[in-house]
Formats: sequence, C-alpha cells, structure tokens
Amino acid sequence: MLDYVKRVILVLSGKGGVGKSTVSTQLALTLKERGYKVGLLDIDLCGPSVPFILNLENQSVHQGPEGWIPVYLDNEQRLGVMSIGFLLGSRNDAVVWRGPKKTSMIKQFLEDVCWQELDFLIIDTPPGTSDEHITVMENLRQVPQCGAILVTTPQEVAIEDVRKEITFCRKTGIPILGIIENMSGYECPTCSECTNIFSSGGGKSLADISKIPFMGSVPIDPRVGKLAGQGLAAVKELPESTTSKVFTNVVDQLANGGL
Amino acid sequence: MSAVPENAPQHCPGTQSEDAGKVSACAGCPNQNICASGAAAGPDPAIQIIRERLSNVKHKILILSGKGGVGKSTVTSLLGHALAARNPEVNVGILDADICGPSQPRVLGVRGEQVHNSGSGWSPVYVSDNLSLMSIGFLLGSPDDAVIWRGPKKNGMIKQFLSEVDWGDLDYLLIDTPPGTSDEHLSAVQYLSNAGLDGAVVVTTPQEVALLDVRKELHFCKKVGVKVIGVLENMSLFVCPNCKTRSEIFPATTGGASQMCSELSLPLLGSLPLDPILARCCDDGRDFLQELPSSPAVIALRSIVDKIVATCDKNSS
Ligand SMILES: Nc1ncnc2c1ncn2[C@@H]1O[C@H](COP(=O)(O)OP(=O)(O)OP(=O)(O)O)[C@@H](O)[C@H]1O
Ligand SMILES: Nc1ncnc2c1ncn2[C@@H]1O[C@H](COP(=O)(O)OP(=O)(O)OP(=O)(O)O)[C@@H](O)[C@H]1O
Ligand code: SF4
Ligand SMILES: [Mg+2]
Ligand SMILES: [Mg+2]
Repeated sequence: MLDYVKRVILVLSGKGGVGKSTVSTQLALTLKERGYKVGLLDIDLCGPSVPFILNLENQSVHQGPEGWIPVYLDNEQRLGVMSIGFLLGSRNDAVVWRGPKKTSMIKQFLEDVCWQELDFLIIDTPPGTSDEHITVMENLRQVPQCGAILVTTPQEVAIEDVRKEITFCRKTGIPILGIIENMSGYECPTCSECTNIFSSGGGKSLADISKIPFMGSVPIDPRVGKLAGQGLAAVKELPESTTSKVFTNVVDQLANGGL
Repeated sequence: MSAVPENAPQHCPGTQSEDAGKVSACAGCPNQNICASGAAAGPDPAIQIIRERLSNVKHKILILSGKGGVGKSTVTSLLGHALAARNPEVNVGILDADICGPSQPRVLGVRGEQVHNSGSGWSPVYVSDNLSLMSIGFLLGSPDDAVIWRGPKKNGMIKQFLSEVDWGDLDYLLIDTPPGTSDEHLSAVQYLSNAGLDGAVVVTTPQEVALLDVRKELHFCKKVGVKVIGVLENMSLFVCPNCKTRSEIFPATTGGASQMCSELSLPLLGSLPLDPILARCCDDGRDFLQELPSSPAVIALRSIVDKIVATCDKNSS
C-alpha cells in the first residue's frame, strides 16, 4: 500500500524519551502547514504517543473496502494518522505482546492502510534495534525514497545508544538524512541564564564524527512540551521559537532536495 | 505467557500454547516433534534453575516504566549506590536487562570491563565491594556495536543472565529494563515467577505523555501479577542555579504522579528534581551520592530507599 507514497522518513533513536514522537509529529505538522499531503504511522506498539500528542484520542480507524482508513487530523485530509492507540479499547490498556505478534501488526500497518497519495510518510518508532525496527526495514527495502532522521539528546548516555542506531542503519542499508539534537539547554524564564541540563553539543559532535548532516539543536522549551495534547504545530503557534526555526529549516531542505 | 524458542519461526504460537507443534507456523520448525508431543508444554525448566540460582538473593526488584528516558537506568544506579552505602554488610547486584540500549556500564563507571566465565557461571563486574553489575554492554566489542536481535534471542539472553550469573549472596538484585511491555518484561517476570520477585519500582516523569505509557505499565503489572512497590516521579522540578527560580520543565498538566497514584491507590515513593550535576555524573560514571550528599535529590532519594527497604522487609517477615 506504499505505492502512492513518494517519500518515507523514519524517525529513529536508540535512546528512549529523546523526543522521537515530538519530532515525528512536529515534522508531520510542519509539512502539512506547507501544503503537503502527509501520513504519520506510529509503530510504537507498547507506548503509542501520537494519538495523544495530536489530540486524536477516542478516534478510531475504520475498515474500508481496500484496507484501514487512517484517522485524519483535518477536514481537507492533509494529515492522516495510524497508530495502535486507535485500536485499543481504553487508553490505559497495555499491549502485552512478544516480538512475533508485534511483527505481524507492523506488517499489517505497512500493507493494509489506505494512505491515498502521499508526499511524505513519517514513521515514529520506539527506542531500540529490535523487532519493530527490523520488520520496518525489511518491508521498506523496496521503497526507493526512504531515509531516516536520528534524534538524540546531548548527553553521553543518549549518544551511546544513538551510535548503535547508526550502526543499525548502516547494516540495514537505510540512508541517514541527518541528526537532530533535542533538549539542548534550558533558558530560565526569569533570569535568561541557560543551563545545559542534559549537557550540550553532543548531537553536533556525533554528526561530525559520523559524517552525517546536522539538522539543528532544539532547546528544552516547556511551551513545546505543552503543544503535546493539542495537535498544534510549533511553526504556527510559536513562530519565533528556535523549535519552529529548526523544523522550518528541515522542511526547506526536504522540499528543495537538499536532503 | 508462552515461551518462543530462539530457533522457532516468526509465527510460533509459543511452546506452552495448546496449539504448539500443531499450527501452520510449526511446519518445518525443528521443534515440531517435541512440541506436538506436548513434552514442551510443562513449565520451562529454566524457571526451576533460576529459582535455585537466585535462592541466596533475598530481594528482587524490577525497575519499570512504559515510557522511555524517564530515568529508569539513573534511578536503578542511584538505588544501587544508596542501598550499598547504607550498610557495608549489604550486597547489591544490578542486572541490566536493556539488551539493545544498555546504560549501566557507563552510568556505574565500569565501561570496558570484562566479565569472566568460571565453573560456577559468569562473574559480574564489581563497582565497589558490595555492588556488582551484569550487562550485555560487557559482551560487546565496541560501543558502536548494535544488538540487532528479535524478541526470542533477547529472551534467551535474559534467561542466561538470570540462570548463569554467579552473584554470590545478595541482599538486593535490581533489574533495569527498557521501556515497554514486551519480551524483556514478560521474560523477566516469567523466569522469576518461582524465584520470589518482591515487586516493581515504577518510574515516571510528571507530564501526561509519560503518565499515559506508565498507566499501561501498571496495567501490565496487574495483568501478570507483579506487585507495585511504588511509583517514583523523576525530573519533577528544576531550580535555576543562577536565580533559584523553580520551573516545571515537564509540566504536570494532569496532576502528575501524585494524582495518578491516588486514582489507582498506589504508593508514591517520592520525587526527584532535575539536577544537571546528576546528568553529568551519569555520563561520567561517578557516584552522585558521594559527590553531592546534601543535595535535594540525594535527600529525596534517601527517603525513597527507606520506603523500598521497609516494603522488602515486610515481604520477608
Ligand atoms: N524540545 C523540547 N522541549 C520541552 N519538552 C520536550 C521537548 N522535546 C520533547 N519534549 C517532551 O519530552 C517528553 C519526551 O518526548 P517524546 O515523547 O517525544 O520522546 P520519545 O523519544 O518519543 O519517547 P519514547 O522513547 O518513550 O517513545 C515529552 O513529554 C515531550 O513533550
Ligand atoms: N533527576 C535527573 N536530573 C537530571 N538528569 C537526569 C535525571 N534523571 C535522569 N536524568 C538524565 O536523563 C537521561 C535519561 O535517563 P535514563 O537513561 O536513566 O532514562 P531511562 O528511562 O533509563 O531511558 P531508556 O528508556 O532509554 O532506558 C540521562 O541522561 C540521565 O542522566
Ligand atoms: S513447533 Fe513449537 S517451537 Fe516450533 S513453531 Fe510450533 S510451537 Fe513454536
Ligand atoms: Mg515516542
Ligand atoms: Mg535505561
């Protein structure tokens, strides 16, 4: 069902909680604001965040004649979303599945969702290099325009895991479009002193060492955290923020073929 | 909860399922005869072996969270240091069950050490006289090595860690896990089912994106019968080192861990603030408790440890 998808972008990180879901949703929203047709597929089966972040909880997917019909954020159907969250009875339900069952669910997500024509399909992933990742790679190998954006935070504990993810991408042959460093520094709202709570610069130096394009640093910004749950784009709500500038820049590059 | 052997095909129904050896997925599987005969349907013999191996480990605690990056590994290491420092006679072991993203060797400052296999099993790496660690990180050739394994292979590793590590006499075994409710978690719980698991310490951060996943983890605990020792809220507040303004970096828009705990009638163990020096200590493998013994985070941690010890003592009496 990916025949009508022009470009697939995986959002990956070896590390948990670095902002993969935040980046996936903001990237999808930014692309949508620019007029593209976008799909967002959440393959984090045990911890799906996308329905909550986009304020789509309680929505459900329907079975159409040709497959699952994604949930659309807008009436013009420019952003379609698929997540296991839409298939659970309650938001507290746990998906207690071992690898093989997760694998077959992800295959269904890749094969049975009716995306229509898409300019971009963004895939949000859980941390690690295991069933979800192996399955998605195996099934995307045939897709010609497919690449990964790696998300990291600046500290060593995160960089260490992201290095493993780079190895994974290289072994499975998926091109890495770039690295985004998230949560690099927090500016005190009272005194404007910037504290590098999780250190800083780690993403940039990882990009340099691994010869991967650096896509920018997103600071810790509680306003960005608060967009989660509302389905709002940083580029629209916080146009002056660094976050907005980073995503604008990434989308510019995607649009002009720079990435 | 059914075991899937490492050599089984993708759609293996599990050796303990009623369909073992009989469904289409089993065609061609090397285990088909054993499974079809029902011989594998009994409990996995590893459960008994693990029970014996861990018979001189008094308390076993899982550190869980549905959410990534909330500080499971940090909290595990802090609890390990704190329990070991409380009393030099108390022996503490840490098992890093995060197979794809092992953090403990770095956080505990023992990166690059080797584990040795002797007649009595693998000997863990000693961080101090009474704190030891086992992690897949010690088995990798380089920090860039990725462990690209599907579930069954990860489960095999966890089984080996639980059955073959020679911990000696331990008072506490803390098990650090990756986020989620999948293979690693099911295997740890299944293999420890006869070994006496005290329960789980569940870590969260204050914002709803995290709580959402943590509620799923609590649901998992209920489903598989793991007692929740309590919930620990991490990264609750940030105090600007310059002007002392208190910021909520991860705002508790839905009441944070305290509201979740009161809704679900679970004990809240306490909260740890965000402290940049703690993050630095984790990166450098230094013991934060020794570096900043009077910091708000260490003071909060001590009272959390007291509560965990009290629960464990109650379990054993
Ligand atoms: N730049 C930022 N400023 C402030 N908060 C942020 C920022 N980026 C992410 N967050 C918040 O941090 C938390 C973790 O982010 P997110 O859920 O996107 O991470 P993740 O990598 O998808 O985690 P997981 O590994 O669990 O899937 C969320 O509450 C999110 O709102
Ligand atoms: N209270 C705190 N103050 C400052 N930094 C913290 C605090 N707790 C954790 N950190 C830092 O946050 C990052 C994430 O923590 P940690 O690696 O322990 O999370 P985790 O839940 O184990 O992640 P994963 O899901 O990837 O296993 C680490 O860099 C750690 O040093
Ligand atoms: S024969 Fe046994 S091990 Fe093989 S697939 Fe069937 S149930 Fe699984
Ligand atoms: Mg996520
Ligand atoms: Mg961890």
